[in-house]
This record gives sequence, C-alpha cells and structure tokens, in this order.
Amino acid sequence: MWDYTDKVMDLFYNPKNQGELEDSTEPGIKIAVGEVGSIACGDALRLHLKVEETTEKILEARYQTFGCTSAIASSEALVDLIQGSTLDEALKVTNKEIADYLGGLPQAKMHCSVMGQEALEAAIYNYRGIAPEVHEDDDEGALVCTCFGISDTKIKRVIRENNLTTAEEVTNYVKAGGGCGSCLATIDDIIESVRQESAAPSGNSLKKNTASQQAEKPLTPVQKIALIQKVLDEEVRPVLIADGGDVELYDVDGDSVKVLLQGACGSCSSSTATLKIAIESRLRDRVSKDLVVEAVEPSLL
Amino acid sequence: MHKDCIYLDNNATTKVDPAIVEAMLPYFSDYYGNPSSMHTFGGQVGKAVRLAREQVAALLGAEESEIIFTSGGTEGDNAAIRAALLAQPQKRHIITTQVEHPAVLNVCQQLETQGYSVTYLSVNRQGQLDLNELEASLTGNTALVTIMYANNETGTVFPIEQIGLRVKESGALFHVDAVQAVGKIPMNMKTSTIDMLTLSGHKMHAPKGIGALYLRRGVRFRPMIIGGGQQRGRRAGTENVPGVVALGKAAELELLHLEEATAREKQLRDRLEQTLINTIPNCEVNGDPANRLPNTTNIGFKYIEGEAILLHLNKHNICASSGSACSSGSLEPSHVLRAMGLPYTILHGSIRFSLCRYTTEAEIDAVLAIMPDIVERLRALSPFKNDNVGWLQQQEKSVLGVGR
Repeated sequence: MWDYTDKVMDLFYNPKNQGELEDSTEPGIKIAVGEVGSIACGDALRLHLKVEETTEKILEARYQTFGCTSAIASSEALVDLIQGSTLDEALKVTNKEIADYLGGLPQAKMHCSVMGQEALEAAIYNYRGIAPEVHEDDDEGALVCTCFGISDTKIKRVIRENNLTTAEEVTNYVKAGGGCGSCLATIDDIIESVRQESAAPSGNSLKKNTASQQAEKPLTPVQKIALIQKVLDEEVRPVLIADGGDVELYDVDGDSVKVLLQGACGSCSSSTATLKIAIESRLRDRVSKDLVVEAVEPSLL
Repeated sequence: MHKDCIYLDNNATTKVDPAIVEAMLPYFSDYYGNPSSMHTFGGQVGKAVRLAREQVAALLGAEESEIIFTSGGTEGDNAAIRAALLAQPQKRHIITTQVEHPAVLNVCQQLETQGYSVTYLSVNRQGQLDLNELEASLTGNTALVTIMYANNETGTVFPIEQIGLRVKESGALFHVDAVQAVGKIPMNMKTSTIDMLTLSGHKMHAPKGIGALYLRRGVRFRPMIIGGGQQRGRRAGTENVPGVVALGKAAELELLHLEEATAREKQLRDRLEQTLINTIPNCEVNGDPANRLPNTTNIGFKYIEGEAILLHLNKHNICASSGSACSSGSLEPSHVLRAMGLPYTILHGSIRFSLCRYTTEAEIDAVLAIMPDIVERLRALSPFKNDNVGWLQQQEKSVLGVGR
C-alpha cells in the first residue's frame, strides 16, 4: 500500500474541482483544454481552463482524470494552485510545487505531479496556438518507461538526434526514467545499443549516412578537411550549442585535428571528455579512424 | 487494518484458522525439541512432523515419503525447477507460460542468462492455453515443463492432466505450481501425471513461511538447500516445526471442508459477480468462465483506475486486489492481464475479489451495496466515458500488444 499524506487522501476522497468547462459564448472568455498522459501507465489528465482574454487570467479550472489516488490529488492541487493566476504565472508552476502542496508524493508517484504540470502547459500552448511537436513513429516501439508511456523508438530517436550519453540526459529530454526510475538500466542498455549501432562498420545506419560512405574511399586532403568541417557543423556543434558551448575547426595536419572549444565548452571541466567522446569519436567514425583531436588554447594563438 | 474488515483478498493470503493456531502453539513452548534428536523430548516432536507429513500427503492423494516441507511457495517452485535441471544436465530447454507467478517466471528468466532456452506459452483472452502450442514446443531437449494449476489473478484453471499426458510422452519432467489450487480443487497424485507440485501454507489458512513440495517417488531430485540430512537430505535445515504442524492441520481442514466450502464459495462468488455485472454498466469478467477457481472473480471496470477503486473500498473496510499497476507497488501493469491481450481501459480498472470459507453472505452484500457508487464516483472524474474517445483509441492502439 502506498504511503499517502492526509492531504492526498482528503483531496482524493473529497474532490472539488473535477468536471468539464463548456465552450464559452461570453465575449472575452475562452476555454482552453490540455490533454496528457498515457493509458499504459493508467494515468491520463484533461485540464480545462476558463481564460479572460484581456488579462489572460484563469478564472476557473476543472479537470478529468483516468488515474490513481495521486493523479486525482495532483489534479486537485494543480487547480487550487492556478485558479486566479495569469497564464504566465501558471506556467511557472512546477511539478515540485504540486507535490509540495500535497505534503509530498511517493517517489514512484511523482509522475502524477509531472502530468499535472504538463497538462497545464498543453492547455496554455493550445490557448496560444503553439503546436506541440508530433512524431508519428514514437508509438510503435516496445514500451520502456511505463510511467510516461515512452517507447524505445522515441528514446533511440532522442539519443541519436541529441547524441545523448547518459540515462539522466534521456530523462531530461523525454522524461523517460523520471518516474519510478525502474527503466533507467534499460535506458543505459539502449544508449549502449545506439552507440554500437553508430560505430558498426555495416548496417542500415551506414547506408543512410553519406558521410560514412564517403569515408570508405581514400580522401584527398581537401575532401578530408571538408568532411571534417561538415561533420562538425552538422553533428557536433548542435549538441555543444545546446549545452551553451561551441567548437571551431582550427587546423588539420595529416591525422591531427586542432579545434577551438568555445563558450561553456572552453571552460567546462569535462572538456577533455567532450573532445574525446563528442568530437574525436564522431570524427573517427565518420571520417577516419586514425584522427586525433586536440584543443588549441585560445591564449596561445 | 480493522479486525472487522471484509477480507476478499484470499488469493494474496488467508487468515490463520484459530484451530490451526491452537494446534501449533504448543510447539513454540512445551514441545520445543529438535525433531532429529535421539531423546524422547525431540522424538515426540518428530512424531508431530510425521503426522503433518501424512496430513499433507492425504490432501494430495500422495504418500508421506513424497512430501518435502519448504518455507513456502517460492522455495517450492525454485527447488523444483532447479532440481529438474540438475537431474538432467544434458537437456537445456524449459517450457512455462506467460502468466506464471514471479516465483517461476523470474527463475526461468535467470536460467535464460545461464544458457537455457525457455518457451513462454501464450494465453488467449480467457487466459487459457493452446495445447497445440505446447505440443509444438516439446522436444527431446525439454527438461522441464512448469505450469501453474490455477492462475492467482483470474482463477483460470489449466487442463493439467491433459498437459501432463503430452509432457510424459516427451520424456520431460512436469512441475505444477498449485499454490492457488490446493484446497480448492481435489487432487490425487496417485493417478496424476504431475512429477512435482508446489503448495503454500498461507493460502490455506496456515501461517506464512511454510509450504510443501510434492515429489513423485522415483523422480530424481537434487536438493537446493544443503546441510544436515533432514527430510532425507532433500531439504536440509531443522524443520519449522510449529509451521509444519500448522500446515498439517491446515491440510486436514482443507480436505475436510473441500467439497462443502468450495461449493459455498462458488455460490457466493457467482452472486457477487453476476450482481456486479448486472448492476454496473461497462464491466466484464476476466478469465475462463468454464474453468475457474470457485473462489475467484476478476472484473474489469472500464474507464476507471484500479487503485482508486481499492482505496474507496478500503475506506469501507473492504480488502480486494487490483490488476492495475498502481496498487501492486510497481508501476508495471499486471503481466497476466496483459498476456490475455486486455485493453488498458479494462486491465487498469480490474479488481480481484477472492473468497474463502469464512466469507459470509453479509460481506458480499456489503460489497454489492457500495461498489456501484464507487464506480459511478470515479467515472464522474474520468475523461473516458466510452470507447469512442479519439484520445483513448489512439493510446490503446499505441500500447496494445507491446511487451510481454
């Protein structure tokens, strides 16, 4: 049996804010709806907001949830927290505030508070006409994270697209593993399989990758430099930029590649790891296995 | 939990019968000797252990020498599986089902990492096996077929003897986890095809921490627990004498009450089930209606979530169980209901009521009185009122059939 606080139990047994809000005919009033959740986890939430258009104030909020005790209590908490606030103020509500309002939730139930925060975000995005990103293939793979209903297909995609190397990063990107955490070891395995897949000398990933195909032929010095530049621009820099850093190609001399690490990467204590993992291994994979990457100290230039 | 609770979770564990408590108490205080001792003080305890062995054997239609006392169902399952493999080291294949208890499934999964191959037989929407699939899976390399007698979640009873005949033809050993079936279904090992059978005390009104493994005479056995020569070297360790005495008494009482108690439980179960199905819209029974334990009903209440139902029941001092993720302490939905291919709307709202010989008419009436209101309250909160909600359909499509 879960160890719920009295507040959770009270809100669960005596819900006050459940229900729907019909589309309003009142001038200046708009109803916004946000839906989130996963039937796989047994949690789904639909949040309705009655918004005053001139002030963007939430005049009223209601919810419907297919969920457990903590999902119902989290929905109640969310409504209590946002009623009367503006959309911008409401957007600042975190899942931690929802959990705190309830006097805490069991660790494995924290995803219920995340779901409340996500439904709020979805409702406000809908109101503002911001379309959420949709990835058609995400629903096809095997379910890895049951808390958030996230498939291995989606996790693999986010790992590939963002060059993620730890389960913690995966959690930050797609929340997989952020609920009960029982799938973190599986996520580690998926990261490893993606890494091996990208390092494999043959297979589908290679066929799709023109850079690698080019790497199989002997390259002229100009072709080699152009390919290094291309890999840096297309595959390495976006990741570093996302982390507040950047890299610039300084020189190529035989198999020695000299780069300038910039921004957060330059001062980052793990810049050696960045060089070896993010840059050197990627260039070895894409251009030539003999490449050695070194950073050039800006002060020495 | 309040002592006046309405306890309908007997497949999880049972109340210890007062007559059993009375039978075991002297073995904590007055008769505390070691049953293996040579002196009379220990010898009289040894006699009590022998009597218990006879009582358990009688319940199974077995012989006294075929009973090994264990610490419970999990040890029985582990010991049987490992013994069967150690006795036939040249064979590397195991057959089991997707709906076994973790005491079998997790052992099989570990064995897969040690070079064994395991076939997990599928089940249909009623939770029933396909014997053709079993036959197709049996090979000369199959060391063991381990299949439960009755499922703990749905009560579905497998055709054990039909399975056993096929297993015998293949030359494999046949182990049956009968933890839920013993005391509810008559057993006769003398005419059975079963080589090994596991039972557990706390599912039949004995305390937790005691169980037994039936081992057919002549079947080669390699002990899992090694030490002193107790129990003919097949399970070392000084016997849990109060537990053994309790199990013996429990077996005696189960045999005594089997016919009349199961008939009564079935009648109460059927009334509970039929009335719920008739009075509450959008719910259905999970499991094989024709081959089911007499004490178990598992009902899926669509569009709502099991834990929420359980907590409302709990407020009325009613104990039941859920096939939903959230009630079980893990977030993974029931592997049994998933293997049956139930849509998530049903499996997340599935509640198991399991009765025992103490269950009364009044208790069933109390559940019937409160259940419609609970379902209605929770459905009022639910965003899903029917199967035509696009949001729901999309999610069902995306997750159905994923995973085991």
